[in-house]
Amino acid sequence: MSRTSSKKSDYLSQGPDWTFELIQKYDEEIAKIAAEFGLDTYPNQIEVISSEQMMDAYASVGMPLGYHHWSYGKQFLEVEQNYKRGRMGLAYEIVINSSPCIAYLMEENNMMMQALVIAHACYGHNSFFKGNYLFRTWTDATAIIDYLVFAKRYILECEEKYGIEEVENTIDSCHALMNFGVDRYKRPVPISMTEEKARQDEREQILQQQVNDLWRTIPITEHSEEEKKKERLFPSEPQENLLYFLEKNAPLLKPWQREIIRIVRKMAQYFYPQRQTQVMNEGWASFWHYTLMNELYNRGKVDEGFILEFLQSHTNVVFQPSFDTPYYSGINPYALGFAIYSDLKRMCEEPTDEDREWFPDVVGKPWLEVLDFAMRNFKDESFILQFLSPKVMRDFRFFGVENDVLESFIEVKEIHNDNGFQGLRQRLAQQYNLSYREPNIQVQKVNLYGDRSLILKHTMDHGRPLNDDTIEVVKHFKRLWGFDVRLESWEGDQLAQVYSSDTLGEL
Amino acid sequence: MSYIIDRRLNGKHKSSVNRQRFLRRYREHIRKAVEEAVNKRSIQDLDRGEQITIPKRDIHEPHFGHGKGGVGSVVHPGNKEFSTGDRIPKPEGGGGGGAGQGNASNQGEGEDDFVFQISQEEFLNFVFEDLALPNLVRKELKEIKEFSLKHAGIVSEGTPSKLNIVRSMRNAYARRMVMSSSSRKKLAELEAERDAILADSSAASEEKAKLVWLDEQISLLKQKIEKTPFLDTYDLRYNHHVKEPRPSSKAVMFCIMDVSGSMTQETKNVAKRFFILLYLFLNRNYEKIDVVFIRHHTSAKEVSEEEFFYSRETGGTIVSSALRLMEKIVKDRYSPDQWNIYAAQASDGDNWDDDSRICRKLMEEELVDLVQYFTYIEITPRDHQSLWHAYEEVQTNHPKSFAMRHIVEVGDIYPVFRDLFQRRPHESNQ
Repeated sequence: MSRTSSKKSDYLSQGPDWTFELIQKYDEEIAKIAAEFGLDTYPNQIEVISSEQMMDAYASVGMPLGYHHWSYGKQFLEVEQNYKRGRMGLAYEIVINSSPCIAYLMEENNMMMQALVIAHACYGHNSFFKGNYLFRTWTDATAIIDYLVFAKRYILECEEKYGIEEVENTIDSCHALMNFGVDRYKRPVPISMTEEKARQDEREQILQQQVNDLWRTIPITEHSEEEKKKERLFPSEPQENLLYFLEKNAPLLKPWQREIIRIVRKMAQYFYPQRQTQVMNEGWASFWHYTLMNELYNRGKVDEGFILEFLQSHTNVVFQPSFDTPYYSGINPYALGFAIYSDLKRMCEEPTDEDREWFPDVVGKPWLEVLDFAMRNFKDESFILQFLSPKVMRDFRFFGVENDVLESFIEVKEIHNDNGFQGLRQRLAQQYNLSYREPNIQVQKVNLYGDRSLILKHTMDHGRPLNDDTIEVVKHFKRLWGFDVRLESWEGDQLAQVYSSDTLGEL
Repeated sequence: MSYIIDRRLNGKHKSSVNRQRFLRRYREHIRKAVEEAVNKRSIQDLDRGEQITIPKRDIHEPHFGHGKGGVGSVVHPGNKEFSTGDRIPKPEGGGGGGAGQGNASNQGEGEDDFVFQISQEEFLNFVFEDLALPNLVRKELKEIKEFSLKHAGIVSEGTPSKLNIVRSMRNAYARRMVMSSSSRKKLAELEAERDAILADSSAASEEKAKLVWLDEQISLLKQKIEKTPFLDTYDLRYNHHVKEPRPSSKAVMFCIMDVSGSMTQETKNVAKRFFILLYLFLNRNYEKIDVVFIRHHTSAKEVSEEEFFYSRETGGTIVSSALRLMEKIVKDRYSPDQWNIYAAQASDGDNWDDDSRICRKLMEEELVDLVQYFTYIEITPRDHQSLWHAYEEVQTNHPKSFAMRHIVEVGDIYPVFRDLFQRRPHESNQ
């Protein structure tokens, strides 16, 4: 009797209600445990918000502030409508890759949910943002909020100077090309707002000069034939970053338009790592909320009701419906990621013969090190290729199919058996490869001396054509470029289709 | 280390600008939906928000992506009976169902419509967008008979009822400070001197004598300070008010309807909708609106709203009786000096032939000068009769304060209403 009562006094709280003191107590306790597990995080900024504010946050892709654009209004209306009709619950959390790392807690949630979100976002996602190589290379957590402030103010000023309509058109076109505004290989140098502002003015002038130079119409007299040939090849190499190319080279853009392209490009670049690490990131956060919350229970900090309620929520989060159920909408990244990390831990602690054969490097190692390594050095594609174990494939009962439009059937290529594991893993990894998911479109050639028209080249992959939006996007490209644009779809050496802006009409 | 911040008190309408942008961009769609809604809705609930539907393709944001075709590859969970090499026939003509499509992100994006809600305020904004009350400006500037008192600062003279106590006391306090300052300064000096002597035990007798003098001076000074008057007449401050002419914000709307046997319930409903629109519109421009319902067959009567729309009577039609009654009511209760008078008359056009001439005369000689705007709508699928022609002449002679339109069916109401109250460029210059 006395034992139970003494244990009881250890509980951080009882009952569903949260208070700011309790949130702080839980956060301290979770932070302590996280530190013991060696999670390295940015400082946390936990913000309690209402559900309306959560909808606002949704609409602005989770960022605390963003420039104004109708598409965010559309998103907001959509979220609001769905939420009001009860078609959709709001997510438990939104967390922002910044330093301090901002996480939102919703006031409607009970204490258990708040603790779950703290563990998930403030320690799971946060440590991922700080540790994963993609985020380390591509984003600067300390500068992003500053940059958002800068972007918002700049676009506001543009709207005042040049009119909302004008600015909106430019942003529309940039958004259409947003996914093609990322450097995939070059490394960026992050800068803060003050630097950005100083450099911006400078850039405006120089850029305009350079562009003007490119389009110089005064004939240059002393040109050998050879030089002319060389110059005709512009760009000298195909350019994959379409927005960057436009920002630097489009002849007719005004300086402020170039700056807007740049802002959209920066945002795309900022979100680029997130798009590539969904499974890893959500899996990591889920793995840690599960581990941290269970540890809270093991240490007698929370009672049975709390942990049971938590387990129910957790089970919902990592639930994977089968392909043939009405709830199925693709693979749940939380479920897959959680399963892979959990299985890694299992392999370290209780390996089977199969694991010894498949993962000799992992078996028997300390699990914290293995997981840390897996979190830091991969993106979804390589992560799956490296760590998806036969056991997880079996548990998910994965199967791979191929669908050739020309055939009247869909063929099952692999299933979760010994013969299939390798192929299945590759197929799944490819599914998370952005360069497989998105078409490969690059700036091929600009007609410098003629009509200034531009040719985009789409290299077909697996014979897949472009979607119905293509014509619209080409129009947007044309709006920024200012002259005719041709998009050629090539299958091998064969020109499969041409989308030409001069036959499309204006936007 | 974590910071915990309560953000709930921050504004929750961060997205409202973006929302407005969206509404602005799709105003054509919304206006169309609003127009339909106005015609479709029952009269009682015109005064609420509306659900707007926009086809998804119209608001789609295009992106490069893979289309259908080529070889798609995908991994699904939950295998039950498939084994390697199984071939699953595609559904006929469906372009390949869900199971085999390579591009999961392109799926599930059907051609659903985009649906959202606009608030009552926004709804009415769209309903009355670009509409203006005719002759509103003229009335406001010309015939102002009402005044309001406006605060115009603080003055030093006034009646006791307008005394501003705070300011007066503040002045008194300042004056007391100033008037007693030299005495208080001196008092402090003397007191310090006295304290010094008292503290000095080795003081000579000469100084002791001075002590007496000091005490005397101190009590004198204290008396002087106390004598400073607590409140003086020139401390007093009064609130100052000025009279400002105020444009009348009151309006009265006359609804006049023929209830003779020829008016069916449907015609009445059409009329009612028109009246409601007018009422809502006036409501946005005036603080206070009275509505007077006059119905008539051979004789006119002022009635309640319920009676106006729903009780039925038969009989002939004499329109002039209603106009006479209206004129009488205006003269009795709604002086044009203080009220903005609007009238809307609905009828199916029936009238005693003789009477139309009288109507015209009444209109031109009496009513037109009283009202801001008189609208007449004729709800009939048939040809126009004498009343229409009589009114036509009124319209030609008084185009600024009289207007008439023809309505055949419910769908015409809103366009006709818009047409009647369309903001006309020259109006703003008057």
